[in-house]
Amino acid sequence: MPDTEPQRSVHRRSQDPVYAELAASKEFAELRRRYRGFAFPWTVAFLVWYLLYVVMSMWAHDFMSIKLVGNINVALVFGLSQFVTTFMIARLYATHAQKSLDPLAEELEQRYRKAVK
Amino acid sequence: MNTQVLTATLFILVVLVTIAITVWASRQNTGTTDFYAAGRSFSGFQNGMAVSGDYMSAASFLGISGAIALAGYDGFLYSIGFLVAWLLALLLIAELLRNSGRYTMADQLAYRMRQRPVRTAAATSTVVVSIFYLLAQMVGAGSLVALLLNVEGQGLKNLTIVGVGALMIFYVTVGGMKGTTWVQIVKAVLLMAGTVLITVLVLAKFGFNLSELLGAAADKTGKGEAFLQPGLKYGINTTTKIDFVSLSIALVLGTAGLPHILIRFYTVPTARDARKSVFWAIGLIGAFYLMTLVLGFGAAAMLDTGPESEVALSGGNLASPLLAEAVGGGAGSTGGAVLLALISAVAFATILAVVAGLTLTSASSVAHDLYANVFKKGTASEVSEVKVARLAAFVIGGIAILLAIPAQKLNIAFLVALAFAVAASANLPSLVYNLFWRRFNTRGATWSIYGGLVSCVVLVAFSPVVSGKVLPDGKTGSLFPLGVDFHWFPLENPGIISIPLGFLFGWLGTITAKDPEAEAAYDELEVRSLTGAGSEKAVVH
Repeated sequence: MPDTEPQRSVHRRSQDPVYAELAASKEFAELRRRYRGFAFPWTVAFLVWYLLYVVMSMWAHDFMSIKLVGNINVALVFGLSQFVTTFMIARLYATHAQKSLDPLAEELEQRYRKAVK
Repeated sequence: MNTQVLTATLFILVVLVTIAITVWASRQNTGTTDFYAAGRSFSGFQNGMAVSGDYMSAASFLGISGAIALAGYDGFLYSIGFLVAWLLALLLIAELLRNSGRYTMADQLAYRMRQRPVRTAAATSTVVVSIFYLLAQMVGAGSLVALLLNVEGQGLKNLTIVGVGALMIFYVTVGGMKGTTWVQIVKAVLLMAGTVLITVLVLAKFGFNLSELLGAAADKTGKGEAFLQPGLKYGINTTTKIDFVSLSIALVLGTAGLPHILIRFYTVPTARDARKSVFWAIGLIGAFYLMTLVLGFGAAAMLDTGPESEVALSGGNLASPLLAEAVGGGAGSTGGAVLLALISAVAFATILAVVAGLTLTSASSVAHDLYANVFKKGTASEVSEVKVARLAAFVIGGIAILLAIPAQKLNIAFLVALAFAVAASANLPSLVYNLFWRRFNTRGATWSIYGGLVSCVVLVAFSPVVSGKVLPDGKTGSLFPLGVDFHWFPLENPGIISIPLGFLFGWLGTITAKDPEAEAAYDELEVRSLTGAGSEKAVVH
């Protein structure tokens, strides 16, 4: 389909060749690898961890009801551990992004700016 | 001074303060970037507060503490999906969307697809999700204000719905995204401060010993240890258990597809600020749900929550306000009256802020996607686009008021769950495919959006929510009266089926169509989303 839409308020790709160039660069391949290498496994991990919690709450009633200290049972500790892991994964990602992703992304963005000027 | 007068005074104060903020924020509200994205001028922390303000609705504040007060552990279990879901937004969506989009959810798809079909589809699901969520909030507002002011009668509820609707139209048309964001920030501060205060007062009653608080709750409710174990609400039989799994999947996958959350990421200058927004939001929302745990069990331990109690008759919604009264010194005391009025006003501010965010989202999508790009094919001027957005806010606000009055019979928790299910089934698949799958194309995008949306709505239409559910006391548990029964889908939550269907339709549509244009554009989308090269910049005034 030919692109007959004017560029004024539409939001679509510029077709600037610099993007293909950057996409093919070693640095971009590395950025993609570092990003996906972190984001994908951790997404799977937290989803599995959460679903395990939900399924056990539904079908492992006796185990979840074991008392640990006073009135604190396994279910409560498991639930609170979901908070801990959520905070932890968020922290890990923030550190990873700052250390390993941002410098590469900035470098590539600089190259883009030079090219379009 | 009695509580009602004090409460009403604080309500009026909340209204006046939010109106003042909106008028103040409207000074620089001319172009589309100002109206839709607040000039992309908020910091990560400010937007993090606004995101959590958008997310912690009255359904969370009053609903979850009420659910814990009535169903114990299962209420807490329900709250966790709402928090964990943010990791998906953090890891896969927020930054990439900030870099590749502009004003609406559809922008990110339209970047490499054919404009008109994908924008029409995305605008449809944006408006549907926002309207379901909006109805939940407005119905809640009606009954809540009546409860909090302790006035009987349908007339006041209807009046409240109209009043809340008029205010949200005002915030959006006058304040745009900037005004709406500041209202969210103020609301988030009020909500956190109110919640911290009541939590500390409750914990102090139990010597800051959680185990003691739990024990007192188990004793007072008469349900004993079962109150602290999973199963009271969702563990009745295999169907209710699978239903809860279905609900959990929709919660955990729906958050990152809620349009009113997604467009918040456009209000910051860079992707790093979008990341910080989510990071702060996770901290605030997590802290909030931890305190809700104390409020819920505190209410169970200190209030009467039996079947004929005020807490139970309000469906749990009055648990937090009445708990505030109890820790302030009880009914009739000055401390009790002040705290009750304070918490009621916080709940009211919460409702106002959330409905404003939802109205803005729908209006933006109608103006930017449907009017400017589908109807005018991108030839509309910025001035006319903002005019249409303001007009759309009026129309959508009006429709929401008209729908909310008859919708008062609907269950609020069900409406919220439905909004999450549609977001997860219709929006998330296309967002994820578009960002990570080169082959994804226009047909895949429209099929996944319409496919997910229709599956969700059809399954709910033929579920026990709509017909054929008989409660233990012999009354109907459905929308339709007793005797009408056309349900064949056993679950109340469609997510477990409709979310995989949304992904399946997206895959099927993609592999049955050739769209070299969309594939060729993937390089540009991927470079832009990961590096920010060419992304929309903040406006300098």
